[in-house]
Amino acid sequence: MIKMLSGNEAVARGMWEAGVVVASAYPGTPSTEILENYAHFPNVYAEWAPNEKVAVDVAVGAAYAGRRAMAVMKHVGLNVAADSFMYVSMTGLEAGLVIVTADDPAMHSSQNEQDNRTFAKFGRVPCLEPSDSQEAKDMVSAAFELSERFDTPVLLRLTTRICHSTSAVELGERTAPAAEPRPFPRNPAKYVMVPGNAIKRHPVIEQRMRDIAAIAGTFPYNRLEPGKSSLGIITCGVAYQYSREVFPEASILRLGMTWPLPEKMIRKFAKSVERLIVVEELDPFIEEAVKLMGIAVEGKSIFPITGEFDPRVVRESAILSDLLPESAHIPLPDLETGLLPGRPPVLCPGCPHRPTFYILNKLKVPVNGDIGCYTLALTPPLSAIHTCGCMGAGIGVAHGAAKAGSPEHHVAVIGDSTFFHSGIPALVNVVYNRSPVTTIILDNRITGMTGHQENPGTGRTLLGEETVRIELEPLVRALGVRHLKTIPGYDVDAIEKTLKVYVKLDEPAVLIVVEPCALLPDVRKRWLALEVLADKCNGCTLCFRIGCPAILKSEELDEKSQRPKALIDASLCTGCEVCAQICPREAITFKPTVVERSVS
Amino acid sequence: MMETINFLLCGVGGQGTILASDVLVNVGLAAGYQAKQAEVHGMSQRGGSVTSHVRWGETIHSPLIGVGEVDVLLAFEKLEALRNLKSLHPQALALINAHTIKPLTVISGDQIYPSDETLRMAFAQVTSHVELINGEDIAGSLGNLRVANVVLLGALSALLKRSTLSGQELTTEIWLKVITERVPPKHIELNRKAFQAGREAVEK
Repeated sequence: MIKMLSGNEAVARGMWEAGVVVASAYPGTPSTEILENYAHFPNVYAEWAPNEKVAVDVAVGAAYAGRRAMAVMKHVGLNVAADSFMYVSMTGLEAGLVIVTADDPAMHSSQNEQDNRTFAKFGRVPCLEPSDSQEAKDMVSAAFELSERFDTPVLLRLTTRICHSTSAVELGERTAPAAEPRPFPRNPAKYVMVPGNAIKRHPVIEQRMRDIAAIAGTFPYNRLEPGKSSLGIITCGVAYQYSREVFPEASILRLGMTWPLPEKMIRKFAKSVERLIVVEELDPFIEEAVKLMGIAVEGKSIFPITGEFDPRVVRESAILSDLLPESAHIPLPDLETGLLPGRPPVLCPGCPHRPTFYILNKLKVPVNGDIGCYTLALTPPLSAIHTCGCMGAGIGVAHGAAKAGSPEHHVAVIGDSTFFHSGIPALVNVVYNRSPVTTIILDNRITGMTGHQENPGTGRTLLGEETVRIELEPLVRALGVRHLKTIPGYDVDAIEKTLKVYVKLDEPAVLIVVEPCALLPDVRKRWLALEVLADKCNGCTLCFRIGCPAILKSEELDEKSQRPKALIDASLCTGCEVCAQICPREAITFKPTVVERSVS
Repeated sequence: MMETINFLLCGVGGQGTILASDVLVNVGLAAGYQAKQAEVHGMSQRGGSVTSHVRWGETIHSPLIGVGEVDVLLAFEKLEALRNLKSLHPQALALINAHTIKPLTVISGDQIYPSDETLRMAFAQVTSHVELINGEDIAGSLGNLRVANVVLLGALSALLKRSTLSGQELTTEIWLKVITERVPPKHIELNRKAFQAGREAVEK
């Protein structure tokens, strides 16, 4: 049966076909849909872990217990999980273990575009890279075979363009029956990595990589596609597709396994062509390895090291390096469109994070932010995020700035899911080492940015089962925070009053702002658009300062001020009443008034 | 050899761009083509720009279309249409939803939303095959604004002079089968009507 599947859907299907029993992940674009799809297959266990390191440990435990397991994450998740990734490379396992890294060339939704193939080399782990959805599915099985044959975890590297592209996939059956759990191994020489044991394991894993390199030439996804001998291309992943399209006549060596490399195959290929190039996105990973073999090859001297490729990028780079004739150039018309307004992503209408950032902007304090929807408060008019580096960083950065004697009171903001991910140890540090940092936990009862995934605070699991809802206030209190309050997200006054007190304290304080995401199905049912009473609005523009996409500038000007009056777009307004609270002239109706007016 | 056809779909998060491109790639498959689709929806739920590439052909390698190689633009919003104009091949077909969603940079900033005249003049530099229809007005007259994307697909089906890979007519039945497989049963009739209304809007 043939079905159109995205790369992520295909990996999920591949997991099921390969007999994966346990999978753990933390959501992160572009990887999120893998586990969401896998969770729909019968008789599988899938979970959202609080972070990627825990996810890898969970998968390791399952693989030690003799059952095929996977951990799934976006590229930067592997930084969080690096410690676990490194030890499991040392120990090997009882059943297959595959770790998915979804890299994000061009940073469509990430803070960097690191190339995680380097992790494979660094960790002595083989790396597989599919070029389309069919391979994304099939390579899961290939990865497990490799993992079990060589007693190694395998890194399956995807990129955004593989994850979120759809192509036809011939479905298979569940070929590998799900293994039964075995007695847990008592094999400390292999599984207890104290120095005495680890010293003996290191040569084992070095030999393992030589063994895998020796069979790499017969790995079915390392494929030679002969063509004209004038140009030879070594390529991998989606760059293979661009190479095929731009150089239809070239000889191509397509690598499905990008670590370790099939040296003999590469040498033979290099000898068979006149000019050898590597077409790979991001780092010169294959290129450098081929150069170390002493083979003349070009790569990043032709193609960009940043961003993602497309056929045009590959073609135009090739023309500049005389790989293609000038006639291949596709000129772009010189267009006059005028200056187009940008459309950056913004906090949604009704976003419960908005009041907090409106107040933070008013207080003019430095705000150390974190990763989540709330990072979008960096743009005007809220302009209330001043640093954001990675998951869980904000609280530690605020603490460090405070310890350095930063003259202002630092506020750290972090979402509920991010707090569970890596915020807790940082808050422990603030309390333990005593800094006057105010931490705001924005609890919108869901993992928002990646599209509404459950987390330890929601009371539900990925498989849809009810579970314990971990309460933030008792957790924070148990850490020894004395100044602690929980306030509803839309209560602008209470947030302002509390923060005005907290930013004057000389000890740690935590404000938990709770309000479910306005896009959650239950919340949508309560949406009710507010209205601006044009006769009361005097165009003071205060309501524009909350940055709500539902509040527009009306064409009607106030007679006195000659400024535009406010107008609410009823198709966007959720009725959160934040604008109504801050309007000094009561010109915006609260919900009860809207109901009254509609009745009368 | 059958020539490849490259579609670029663009709009604003929440407009149904992704569903429309899912329909389009599956219509391509149903018509016998190799078809691929690529999208970026990282933060689109937050009101950002969304684009999706769909390609049909005898053999398709790249899921992405290079700038300047788009044959058909399906734009769900006027500003986004203009933003993607540079991607069009000369004399490409541009089907534009005459709908405005002002970004925050216009609402609370000082940037100016381009006028219809700007839009018309800009497109005239590249192609004379520009069709504007108001998907929201048509969808609204059917009682549900959310089917504006299917109205646009209906219009596209009428404008697209394409046969299947084997040379058969690319019938409305093929389109409707793919669409009805993707909408909840209670909305099938509404979506069929929206599709037909879209066809009629450009066939008049």
